[in-house]
Amino acid sequence: MSETPISSIAQPATGPAKPRCFQEIILALQSYWAVNGCAILQPYDIEVGAGTFHPATTLRSLGPTPWAAAYVQPSRRPTDGRYGENPNRLQHYYQYQVLIKPSPPNLQDLYLGSLAAIGIDMDLHDIRFVEDDWESPTLGAWGLGWEVWCDGMEVSQFTYFQQVGGQDCAPVSGELTYGLERLAMYVLGVDHVMDMPFNAPDAPIPLTYGDIFRQTEQEYSRWNFDVANTDILLKHFEDAESECETILAQDYIDPKTGRRIVMAHPAYDQAIKASHLFNLLDARGVISVTERQAYIGRVRNLTRKCAEAFVLTQAGGYTS
Amino acid sequence: MPDLLIELFSEEIPARMQTRAADDLKKRITDGLVDAGLTYESAAGFATPRRLALTIEGLLAASPATREERKGPRVDAPDKAIEGFLRGAGVARDQLIERDEKKGTVFYAVIEKPGRPAADIIAEVLETTIRNFPWPKSMRWGAGSLKWVRPLHSILCILTDEGGTDIVPLDVDGIQSADTTFGHRFMAPAPITVAGFDDYTAKLKRANVIIDSVERADHIWADATNQAFACGLEVVEDRALLSEVAGLVEWPVVLMGDIADDFAGLPAEVLQTSMREHQKFFSVRNPKTDRIEKFITVANRTTADDGATILAGNQKVLFARLSDAKFFWENDLRVSLDDMVAKLENVTFHNKLGTQAARIDRIAALAGEIAPIVGADADLAQQAARIAKADLSSEMVYEFPELQGLMGRYYAQAAGLPQEVANACEAHYSPLGPSDDVPSEPVSVVVALADKIDTLAGFWVIDEKPTGSKDPFALRRAALGVIRLLLDNNARLPLDRFLDAQLLRHKIALNRPNAKTGEIDALKATLDEIADHGVFGAALRSVIEKFDGVDDPATSEGSLLRTVGDALPDLSTDLLAFFHDRLKVHLKSAGIRQDIIDACLAMDGSDDLTLLVKRAEALQSFMQTDDGENLLQGFKRANNILTQAEEKDGVEYSYGADIKYAEDDAEKSLFAALDAADPQIETAMDSEDFTAAMTAMASLRAPIDAFFENVQVNADSPMIRRNRLNLLSRIRTTCLSVADLTRVEG
Repeated sequence: MSETPISSIAQPATGPAKPRCFQEIILALQSYWAVNGCAILQPYDIEVGAGTFHPATTLRSLGPTPWAAAYVQPSRRPTDGRYGENPNRLQHYYQYQVLIKPSPPNLQDLYLGSLAAIGIDMDLHDIRFVEDDWESPTLGAWGLGWEVWCDGMEVSQFTYFQQVGGQDCAPVSGELTYGLERLAMYVLGVDHVMDMPFNAPDAPIPLTYGDIFRQTEQEYSRWNFDVANTDILLKHFEDAESECETILAQDYIDPKTGRRIVMAHPAYDQAIKASHLFNLLDARGVISVTERQAYIGRVRNLTRKCAEAFVLTQAGGYTS
Repeated sequence: MPDLLIELFSEEIPARMQTRAADDLKKRITDGLVDAGLTYESAAGFATPRRLALTIEGLLAASPATREERKGPRVDAPDKAIEGFLRGAGVARDQLIERDEKKGTVFYAVIEKPGRPAADIIAEVLETTIRNFPWPKSMRWGAGSLKWVRPLHSILCILTDEGGTDIVPLDVDGIQSADTTFGHRFMAPAPITVAGFDDYTAKLKRANVIIDSVERADHIWADATNQAFACGLEVVEDRALLSEVAGLVEWPVVLMGDIADDFAGLPAEVLQTSMREHQKFFSVRNPKTDRIEKFITVANRTTADDGATILAGNQKVLFARLSDAKFFWENDLRVSLDDMVAKLENVTFHNKLGTQAARIDRIAALAGEIAPIVGADADLAQQAARIAKADLSSEMVYEFPELQGLMGRYYAQAAGLPQEVANACEAHYSPLGPSDDVPSEPVSVVVALADKIDTLAGFWVIDEKPTGSKDPFALRRAALGVIRLLLDNNARLPLDRFLDAQLLRHKIALNRPNAKTGEIDALKATLDEIADHGVFGAALRSVIEKFDGVDDPATSEGSLLRTVGDALPDLSTDLLAFFHDRLKVHLKSAGIRQDIIDACLAMDGSDDLTLLVKRAEALQSFMQTDDGENLLQGFKRANNILTQAEEKDGVEYSYGADIKYAEDDAEKSLFAALDAADPQIETAMDSEDFTAAMTAMASLRAPIDAFFENVQVNADSPMIRRNRLNLLSRIRTTCLSVADLTRVEG
């Protein structure tokens, strides 16, 4: 097996060029991963805590079917809200997510090519792969990999999935997660996230990240921490949990169409809803240390059942 | 004789695993080769972030041929037996030879194994090693099933001799061995063809890879100290960090940067910890002010701008990190220590042992009791115990758990508390290990003792004692801590009483939720009585007596008081025995004999560990003298004769030896010697001067020896015999008053 020199990795015809704003970094990543064979998907339309929760990652990392997808995923972490005042912390932020199954032998080089695509000059910067094993208790998932450092700054997570939803991953997926705001702030040389140009600075109406998100950060911080009705959230959590179980308990054969339809995705939607509701409850401070473990266990139980259902679907490798 | 070079080239290996992995590779390969008959002259293993390498010099070119004869069944044995033998020996029937022996004609199998070329053996051993490598954590990748620490990319495996270099052919799940490797990921990524170890290291160095981690670490340290020295500063030594950083780079480049003035107010330890834990930076200190003024980061490459971009980036990240630390520090300073402690009411210490706040209450109560004995001010000790763990709820300790105690000291100082109270916040965790310093300030000593005794008592009460190699709550360390605190400070603590008290406090806490009315009060009354009576049994009896005649369910049979009363003495005895066991281990490493310790353990007051050790030390040095050794023989002889006579006669000879029945001069002299020595020994023992007591005892040696030489104990006259036995009994009593010499060997 020979190593692929980074210079031989495909780059989009237009780039790499030095990006000027947040969206140019996103666009550069989209073009780069499109050129390198990924299906460019759209964000999932349910609140999630990280790009990994998108079914294009969790469910598609299961079973034998090859897969290559990249997408931006808006992510919500209610406890990280700082009313838009902290230079680095947001309760709503973006992750860029790449999942390729099986992980190609040149995945590290592909990844480094993506950094070049957003204007990071490998000859001037110090890129390092520092041990960081990934584990998601709610997803029942773990993998080995690194956090990638650029000049001492963590810019991505790089993980070889070993298990998801309690199932062994075979083949193994390679997952890349970029924290877009942090990466962009570094590339653009911005100190406060709210000051970061979102569109081109010379656009007729230039907008900063703050123009778009400062107000929503304030609104959600207040709601997340002080206003969200915990009784309702708890009820929603229990509803989502029971709906997930109900969906998975259905007969695989649809009585109406007579077809075999295992509803892994609708069930998984309920599992990620439960996960987000748990995060909201956590931010409201109503979950004690001992209860925490129990809630995480309940969500893990749901994702485990969804994973078990997914491998019984066609996309999950089921053949009748 | 050929040399072997192996390199396993992979994606980045975690720094913490590299050294061990290089050793494991060396051990597994060399063991495998030697087992197969391939001996060698020398071997060395190396690791970088992307490769494990092994060089073996002077390897045999082939394993020697072997011939083994194995004896089988007799020729007339059943076929089944013969077939079994053939299978076991791996030979065919026509290969058997017959030999006539005493018992008849017997089959022999001659198993001849030809020598095998080194390459064949190496390929097998290397493949086995790769497939069974003991990584702490390994993974699969792609569509394969092979496991390695991270994806394995290439295998270099070559044999080199005068004739040239040969690849040892090998295929592990599609990875074929070759004579090529790769240089630095960014600076020299092209493939490199290698012929032998010297060629390998030289070419890799040209390709910006130093394969020896020690060389990398030395380079980093030398460069870092030079750069610091040039600015009149010094690098804070950190060997663990140095070894980790050396495992993160193949081509170390040391860069020194400034720490913004914004952070000048932060404690040096906070700067150091934040920089080390998050950024793997070394701290650079001004020796004149002890302040951390700069940092050192180690990059993995050189750049056209001499690292300016890299340094600027690192500086920016550091600024964000230290801003966080400063935020925590300033927030914490706004919170009073009492409020921090109050927050601990919601923090669980252990699910069966309640909250940190409850733990603090117990520790403070015990600290108040111990203080006078250790010579500390009881109020200060209690105050210190109350706030010693306050920082566990601080933001800084939440972020950096390793700063616990230290932050407590800073916050206590900032709150204007007495210095000894502030010091106790940090010192009460000590000693953490056998080489850690032992606190000596009385307040710190008291809190450290109370903290550790409370932990031990708690886990004893919930029956979570250490077993075998399992000691998840570090209870052995806690017990050793108590031992060292007592011995180093010459503190005279009757442990028994304090173990009883703390065990009882835990029992109270544990039973509070389900106790009936009055039951907890009865236990508390007992706790108060321990302070007066000194021991649990007497305290318990006293409480029960007070309620005597009153038909109170809180003290009657079956009450909590009775249940606890039944269980507690055994727990206490068991816990004290645990201390004694740890003490034996501790004294053994100090060179004190096991039997000497046992002889002292058998004496009253053995729960006072300081006294116990004093006695043991005196006894050990006495036993090393000529007098001591002979006295011991004399004592044993006396004791044996006496014991035999007592068994035979069915009486105890313990009183009434009278000099007027003494016939022999030697006998009279022994009376005189005992009369002279006894008061001396008694006085010495009263003042716990064991050396003086033993010196007095030594004066008995000559009279005892003379007695046994000249006097027949079993005299014809029963009266004289009884008198002599009673005299022996005086020897026994006198000797046993110092230590239980029956347990001393020799």
